[in-house]
Amino acid sequence: MVLLETHGLTARYGDFQALFGVDARLEAGETVAIIGANGAGKTTLMRSITGVLRNAAEQIRHKGVEIGHLPADTIMKRGIAMVPEGRKLFPSLSVEENLIIGGQNKRGRDLGDRIDSMIARLTGAPDPMELSAGHDGVGYWTLETIYDLFPILKERRHSPGTALSGGQQQMVAIGRALMSNPDVLLCDEISLGLAPVVIRDIYAALPKIRESGASVIVVEQDIGQAMAVADRVYCMMEGRVTLQGRPSDISRDDIHAAYFGEAA
Amino acid sequence: MIWVDTILQGVLLGGLYALFAAGLSLVFGIMRLVNLAHGDLIVFGAYLILIVVSVLGLHPFLAAFIAAPVMFVFGWVLQKAVLNRTLGDDILPPLLVTFGLSIVIQNGLLEAFSADSQRISMGPLETASVSIGPISAGVLPLLTFGSAVLVIVALNRLFYRTAIGRAFRATSDDPTTASLMGIRPDRVFATATAIAMLVVTIAALYLGTRANFDPNVGPARLIYAFEAVIIGGLGSLWGTLAGGIIIGVAQTVGAAINPEWQILAGHVAFLVVLLVRPRGLFPRGN
Ligand SMILES: Nc1ncnc2c1ncn2[C@@H]1O[C@H](COP(=O)(O)OP(=O)(O)OP(=O)(O)O)[C@@H](O)[C@H]1O
Ligand SMILES: [Mg+2]
Repeated sequence: MVLLETHGLTARYGDFQALFGVDARLEAGETVAIIGANGAGKTTLMRSITGVLRNAAEQIRHKGVEIGHLPADTIMKRGIAMVPEGRKLFPSLSVEENLIIGGQNKRGRDLGDRIDSMIARLTGAPDPMELSAGHDGVGYWTLETIYDLFPILKERRHSPGTALSGGQQQMVAIGRALMSNPDVLLCDEISLGLAPVVIRDIYAALPKIRESGASVIVVEQDIGQAMAVADRVYCMMEGRVTLQGRPSDISRDDIHAAYFGEAA
Repeated sequence: MIWVDTILQGVLLGGLYALFAAGLSLVFGIMRLVNLAHGDLIVFGAYLILIVVSVLGLHPFLAAFIAAPVMFVFGWVLQKAVLNRTLGDDILPPLLVTFGLSIVIQNGLLEAFSADSQRISMGPLETASVSIGPISAGVLPLLTFGSAVLVIVALNRLFYRTAIGRAFRATSDDPTTASLMGIRPDRVFATATAIAMLVVTIAALYLGTRANFDPNVGPARLIYAFEAVIIGGLGSLWGTLAGGIIIGVAQTVGAAINPEWQILAGHVAFLVVLLVRPRGLFPRGN
């Protein structure tokens, strides 16, 4: 089953076009890696899927529903969670609060949602409550299971999130995203700037995350890492997908060409 | 002994200024919005209470309970429909729009109520006082101060102990990442302004019962509120109370020396604190 797909996805920052018709998909149960050089458009793709950048409705589908036009909070409540590039922990919140906040709005049924839903029905805008109705946010992940996954976070739970080491901060960012029990987890460069042993610790969590029922997209600069964890790989260059396939079917030369362009 | 009394009056007056300032401090802390209409909103609240008192014949305290939800909804709609559109990287639009709002409120109140000064009557409570030995304090100023402390305790609990407070802090840190957590920043901002309007209602109650007011007294209240917020340290509610007390004490002490110095002494105290601690007494974060 196709869980998430983009279809001719374009994205721009003002006059600058960053994506030129990206077609990609994520099957239920899959782990997909997206690789590509700096500026290839990987983060832009993530921002589009999560609704931080808004697109035409039909360019992104989740469980068959057009979501390209939806705002970030509605998309999150549908069950698509993001570990953003640069971790982006909330400095004013403790480690534990950073985790809790990832799950506190997962259902989209509170008073504010009801008011927005009412306004939406009056104005003919997309109804956020209806659009997030399929996801209840309940599942394996709770504070306890996050602490089982990353025990160090339990020890540091009262520290400000930003007082932790880079690897620990990355664990908080992953845990925060898992707290909503997403069916799609997007991870943008979770290994960036971390020591190899730390990267290993973080990727060691991946099997458990898949077991919990989430399908995963990892954005990676490290090609070896991407090939090791992914069922399928997409390579991007200058806003386009230049290569896709199973790691076993792709040769080093293919990747080299797709990553740096034919001239390289 | 007269000095102890003067300082006590100043401290209690500081409670009133802290009430003026707490809503301003809350809104600024969360969305970096400087609401130039804050003082006028307090005056607006005072007229609202006055109407409820005169139409329904209720005690002002009860009238404030009726005015509070009205102000809450008003704040929510104001933020959602108007002020949210002004927020962004540029700090000028919110200043211009709230300045305009200030003028609209003042003129609207002038049209509706004329420039005559009004007062919300508390009856015998207005002159009631308690004395401990040689020192005596009015019941109303004591209630004002007590309300200020309660408001600050309640806002701090809300901010640091509740889910909505977490959302406030997260959104204030980074609205984009907050939206990835299922939080809708414009809704958080609307809620914050709505809550600030509850505080405004309490401030309005004491503004209207303590002295006469007319449609034009808002900006002067705004200045005291600003000074309290700034010398307290932006974003710290207890700092705001401390700032209010410093200005209140400076004013009463100034007035005790020479009645013409009351207002000036408050402003001088503000400048002195800023000279010594440019970021205020209790700046939040690093
Ligand atoms: N906020 C922005 N405003 C304007 N241009 C942007 C913005 N963010 C990214 N870009 C541009 O869009 C293009 C794609 O950037 P993007 O961040 O998606 O790349 P990336 O593949 O994630 O790169 P990296 O590996 O460095 O994270 C780049 O050319 C970048 O300069
Ligand atoms: Mg990137």
